[in-house]
Amino acid sequence: MDIVIGITLALMTLAMCLAFVRLVKGPTLPDRVVALELFSTLIVGVIGVIAIMTDVASFLDVTIVMALMAFLASIGFARFLERGGPQDD
Amino acid sequence: MVRSGTLILSVAARLLMPLQLLFSVFLLLRGHDEPGGGFIAGLVAAGAFALYMFAYGTQATRAMLRVAPQDLIGMGLFLGVASTLPAWWHGQPFMTAQWWTIPLIGFTFSTPLIFDIGVYLVVLGSVLTAVVGLMDGGRDDG
Repeated sequence: MDIVIGITLALMTLAMCLAFVRLVKGPTLPDRVVALELFSTLIVGVIGVIAIMTDVASFLDVTIVMALMAFLASIGFARFLERGGPQDD
Repeated sequence: MVRSGTLILSVAARLLMPLQLLFSVFLLLRGHDEPGGGFIAGLVAAGAFALYMFAYGTQATRAMLRVAPQDLIGMGLFLGVASTLPAWWHGQPFMTAQWWTIPLIGFTFSTPLIFDIGVYLVVLGSVLTAVVGLMDGGRDDG
């Protein structure tokens, strides 16, 4: 079980690094938004794995809140991209 | 009233908002000894209202809230201050926590709970003020 958790965490960290590269490089704003979404989803995954690793059920509440906030952020970004901000820059 | 284009969002908002508010109350009441508390509960509740706002616009959210978000901040600060006072009745230092057990239902009521509800209202009010301001600041959405 420890090996599986280690592999999972390593892979998710790698995925986070790749998402971060896309966040920094991303040619257009939608690329960056999608990278941020992926980032928050990966964070939810990492917290879930840590909840399994440490046997602390409270971490699952953290993931619930995190997932809710990520969902809201994606809706907010989508609205922002569709309608443009106050100063449409 | 602005309707967002997608049916999925408006239906999901209507389904998710009560659940989110329920979860926030759960976090608020659990907060003293376990993870949770006024701050994160207020944030989750603000998230619920923000979701409703994204789906149905600011006017509908204001109509549902009944009070202005700024008034929630004031009410929360008032509750926070009020929770510090009962200690004086018992001749104890300012802000000492007081615990009362309500007989029939065995529910323990306390000044930390009042303080947490105050924090909850302050966080809810300030986040909603910010979100409403941002939404109204866009093109004539409001």
